Amino acid sequence: MALLEIRNVTRRFGPLTAVDDVSLAVEAGEFFTLLGPSGCGKTTLLRMIAGFDLPDAGEILLEGADMADTPPEKRPIHTVFQSYALFPHMTVAQNIAFPLRMAGNAPEQISAKVRDALALVHLEAKGQQYPHELSGGQKQRVALARSLVSRPRVLLLDEPLGALDAKLREEMQIELIDMQREVGITFVFVTHSQNEALALSSRIAVMNAGRVEQLDEPSRLYGFPRNRFVADFIGKINLFNGEIVAVDGERVRLRVAGLGEIEARGAAGLRPGTPATLALRPEQVRLAAIGAALDLPNRHPGKVRDFLYIGDVTTYVIDLQNGQRMQALLPNSSPGRAKFFEVGDAVTAAWPAEAGVVLTE
Amino acid sequence: MNYNWHWKVLLEMEPGGTGTYLHYLLVGLLWTLATALAAWVIALAIGAAVGTLRTTPLKWAVRLGNLYVEIFRNIPLIVQMFLWFFVMPELVPQGLGDWIKQMPPPWGSYVPAVLCLGIFTSVRVAEQVRAGIQSLPRGQRLAGIAMGLTEAQTYNYVILPQSFRIILPPLTSEFMNIIKNSSVALTIGLLELTGRARAMQEFSFRVFEAFTAATVIYLLTNLAVVLLMRAVEKKVRVPGLIAAAATPQAGH
Repeated sequence: MALLEIRNVTRRFGPLTAVDDVSLAVEAGEFFTLLGPSGCGKTTLLRMIAGFDLPDAGEILLEGADMADTPPEKRPIHTVFQSYALFPHMTVAQNIAFPLRMAGNAPEQISAKVRDALALVHLEAKGQQYPHELSGGQKQRVALARSLVSRPRVLLLDEPLGALDAKLREEMQIELIDMQREVGITFVFVTHSQNEALALSSRIAVMNAGRVEQLDEPSRLYGFPRNRFVADFIGKINLFNGEIVAVDGERVRLRVAGLGEIEARGAAGLRPGTPATLALRPEQVRLAAIGAALDLPNRHPGKVRDFLYIGDVTTYVIDLQNGQRMQALLPNSSPGRAKFFEVGDAVTAAWPAEAGVVLTE
Repeated sequence: MNYNWHWKVLLEMEPGGTGTYLHYLLVGLLWTLATALAAWVIALAIGAAVGTLRTTPLKWAVRLGNLYVEIFRNIPLIVQMFLWFFVMPELVPQGLGDWIKQMPPPWGSYVPAVLCLGIFTSVRVAEQVRAGIQSLPRGQRLAGIAMGLTEAQTYNYVILPQSFRIILPPLTSEFMNIIKNSSVALTIGLLELTGRARAMQEFSFRVFEAFTAATVIYLLTNLAVVLLMRAVEKKVRVPGLIAAAATPQAGH
């Protein structure tokens, strides 16, 4: 039995359906992420799990029990807010001790647990300070410690790293994973950042317009997006719209206007004559000077329009003959080498038949 | 101004024979303070309760609170004083009404004056409390609920301790107002400081001395209140709380 189960949950605000018939299950110990653009319904869903809002239809079950009649304070579910929501009139230690004190724990038990919680978030020395004396990252850690100290069954995190700068964000991501592993509490994490979601999660539900578009492990989401929305939302991607002209077992052939035919990996349900899109990751594309021998079935001439040097990799923007623009990502393995091609160079973009995914949705 | 000041009048015996006029005025100050302090207890208790209720999700409580505030905010203090003194004893059951009317002086004026001032000020306190609570970031309440506190615990330990710190300065003004407003009680016969200054003027015909003395006593009293409250504010201050309420996400 799943720890947390969402069954056909719908929530409407006037004419807007914020969450539209969503069903999913979160297993115990998972780092589960709700990912989607602003307004996709992920925060509304989180608020309903916490109990701050109720579904118009459907059920939310925790360990098999319907939560509809359980008010938020009775649910063994805690929330970490983006704004930290630390209590400014209490010290760090008092903040962390607070939920334990309210639950009527013995003082010596409380101080032991607070010590452990401070150690967990590496703030042993900050117990006697007030929240306003802490940096943003430290405040976020205190908020985490305060939510974890009374061992909830599920911890909800609402864009908890949103207010941190990029470097701190990355550090906190690593800490979050460690922390979650250490305490073994199920995390349900909400973010609009696909990088964050891919880095942290054991599974991700990609949401759009109130619905779950795809629920999968990060690598499957990235490698096998189910539709154009997911392909486009997760990572960078090149989309070639065309029509299926031939299906031959493991291979399909796709005709793209101005480029000719593309050979790609087949999938169930693909039929000749139907429109389809090839979704191809930039790192699956190889570039070579015109005329160089390339033993790949898909070869298309183009011109380097631009490149972005990122350090470890360089992204090339290629104008193909049909006017379509595509991206190719090449690793810079030798130091000091920023590029293989110059702007304006004629190149061949090529990729194997098994690269990319053919999408019909 | 051509006036022959005669400050020694303060050291002359007042006609009642209880002591000098200065002593007579200082006893008036004690009545002023006794009225103000008792009324302040009522104002704080009712004000905190009504102000808090008006921020809860309970619709009936919010409406009731609004009604209470609008009634006592929109009637002049002196009219309320008369209502408490003349009308209230007629509205309550007859036995109680008779008992109130037969209370010996000064209690017959003191009790209605305290009730009147207390309730008049409670609506102002209620407004301050409501504003203080609403100035806190919404996440504070949600955080309390999310970690398993009941609504009442959240108010007790999270919301109210912060709001009261924020509204301490306006509350100080309200307390000083109550000291000044207690002078209206002279209209129902309470011999507090202003009432006694007026009596002194009638007995001694020294209007300037009487009211100058009363003015100085009021000034010194309120100055003492300001200094005291400033010390209290300093003691309970949480650095960054008022700024934090305005900008919930401070920098790193």
